[in-house]
Amino acid sequence: MAETVSIKPGPALAAATKAGIEPRGAKPRRTLSGRNIMLYGTLAVAALYYLLPLYVMVVTSLKGMPEIRLGNIFSPPLEVTFEPWAKAWATACTGLNCDGLSRGFWNSVRITVPSTLISILVASVNGYALANWKFKGADLFFTILIVGAFIPYQVMIYPIVIVLRELGIYGTLTGLIIVHTIFGMPILTLLFRNYFSSLPEELFKAARIDGAGFWQIYFRIMLPMSLPIFVVAMILQITGIWNDFLFGVVFTRPEYYPMTVQLNNIVNSVQGVKEYNVNMAATLLTGAVPLIVYFVSGRLFVRGIAAGAVKG
Amino acid sequence: MQKSVSIKDLSLSFGAVNVLENLNLDIGEGEFLVLLGSSGCGKSTLLNCIAGLLEPTGGQIFIKNKNVTWEEPKDRGIGMVFQSYALYPQMTVEKNLSFGLQVAKMPKAEIDKRVARAAEILQIGPLLKRKPSELSGGQRQRVAIGRALVRDVDVFLFDEPLSNLDAKLRSELRVEIKRLHQSLKNTMVYVTHDQIEALTLADRIAIMKSGVIQQLADPNTIYNAPKNMFVAGFIGSPSMNFLRGEIVEKGGKPIFVANGVDFALDGYAAGEPLQAGRKVVLGVRPEHVKVNEDGPGADHHQATVDIEEPMGADNLLWLKHAGHTMSVRVAGARRFKPGTAVKLSFDMGLASLFDAGTEERI
Repeated sequence: MAETVSIKPGPALAAATKAGIEPRGAKPRRTLSGRNIMLYGTLAVAALYYLLPLYVMVVTSLKGMPEIRLGNIFSPPLEVTFEPWAKAWATACTGLNCDGLSRGFWNSVRITVPSTLISILVASVNGYALANWKFKGADLFFTILIVGAFIPYQVMIYPIVIVLRELGIYGTLTGLIIVHTIFGMPILTLLFRNYFSSLPEELFKAARIDGAGFWQIYFRIMLPMSLPIFVVAMILQITGIWNDFLFGVVFTRPEYYPMTVQLNNIVNSVQGVKEYNVNMAATLLTGAVPLIVYFVSGRLFVRGIAAGAVKG
Repeated sequence: MQKSVSIKDLSLSFGAVNVLENLNLDIGEGEFLVLLGSSGCGKSTLLNCIAGLLEPTGGQIFIKNKNVTWEEPKDRGIGMVFQSYALYPQMTVEKNLSFGLQVAKMPKAEIDKRVARAAEILQIGPLLKRKPSELSGGQRQRVAIGRALVRDVDVFLFDEPLSNLDAKLRSELRVEIKRLHQSLKNTMVYVTHDQIEALTLADRIAIMKSGVIQQLADPNTIYNAPKNMFVAGFIGSPSMNFLRGEIVEKGGKPIFVANGVDFALDGYAAGEPLQAGRKVVLGVRPEHVKVNEDGPGADHHQATVDIEEPMGADNLLWLKHAGHTMSVRVAGARRFKPGTAVKLSFDMGLASLFDAGTEERI
């Protein structure tokens, strides 16, 4: 601040001081109290514990192979090189293909974007209908849907393979997108239903009296009030689908493998020397997307909550 | 009287719970009808049925002689004002008012005209560009009323519209609603649990309990000639005094005796002959008891002042009389010390007698 503001004690305070009465209130805490040292010390140790592997990965990915062979995994690179990153992205080999992670990246984008959009769109309408347009058996329908969230994936894999095969979309991106959409449905519907239920019911009634129909209320009343929950759903779906390995490997063919499967194949390829620097770079590249989503939308999310905090 | 809203044998049950059972109600054209009752009595449920937001399990609803039982809310010619205002938070006041008209695909010029008219009537012109979050409670409720106003509806439905406001705003807006009704002359159905709102606003009041209308009458009748003990006890603050006793024949005339104290019944217009020995309850409102004044019975109704509650304009006395605690309202200037002995007289023309068993008015 450019100016300093001096606060002069008022006459009342002056009189009080004269009378020997001191200002009262909670005693200000010292910054370096034993309590604070304990608290921040513990936090720092915990943070270090989680950051150390990341540090090792970053420095290793920036070293050349000869330097790695020296074995000092904690030492910073003597000579920084970005070659492992370039190789991981464009030329690392998995079996016969030698075009690195880039193919997996674009596959993952082609899987994640439509799966996220479709699942959120369908689930939000589901949740809206379940919360506001109570139909006969709505609660039973909802219960069945929620039970779906607790059935282990492994049980359903083989039946789904058969269903996809019969539909003629086994091994295609379309098939995988449908699977992701379906598996996202229980938790997302729950999320949206609970959110829409928490909005005042009278808003919905008022809109009905104003003559708005199912879709008009959804798009013009509910949607504009629901930005925060859409951001939450987006984070959930993008990270979940991007990090998926099992469905990617089961339901697609090698040319459609998502980035996670591609990463596994690069890291676990048996022929030749283990290129630790390339593996580390590839792993960081794969993890970058969810990380960026967290950072970018995390801020959006907070803003969304603040903007949504209007009392009707 | 031309009928505006007519409800025939309306029933509604949630599962095994019957909220409304065979309810019949006719509301006249331009009438201000108040549905009054404590929470859970079915008054809001009835209003939601009229609005078309709840589907009845049986019966029919007519608005302007048209059977609307299965019509959509928008096709019923009704507008509704909610307790929580229910303004669309993301829209400006103007958008809030015009939303329904836009949905109905009305031409822009007509929408603007109607919004301007509503804004003028409710004096919310300067607020049109604001969001609901930037309005006070009273302003929000005005906008909510405006939303019904622009749609040019036959029937206004109010669901406890003033309950979220503080006492001062509540009385201000109450007057405004009354003024609105006087100038618009629309039919209005108004749900409340506040008896002051009911008595001040209503042409007729329907007092409800457990989904049944207990009494449907003008405020004066409800207040002075309640049909049963529930209505008598519900209306009026403090509540009507109830004295339990029986009818005794004395000097060829029936009189009321409670705990050995006689009450002459001269002036009470009983709807049926009063037989001696019948167990009855005498209901007397606090303001219908005279203290230390001449009147019938003043010579032998002795009481002592227990507690005095001065309330400015009035002074409320809690007395011990004939084995009962009785509240009596006197002018604020008249003060009594606790323990003072006083003489009471009762105006039987304004009292009520109820059968002790059926609790119905005699």
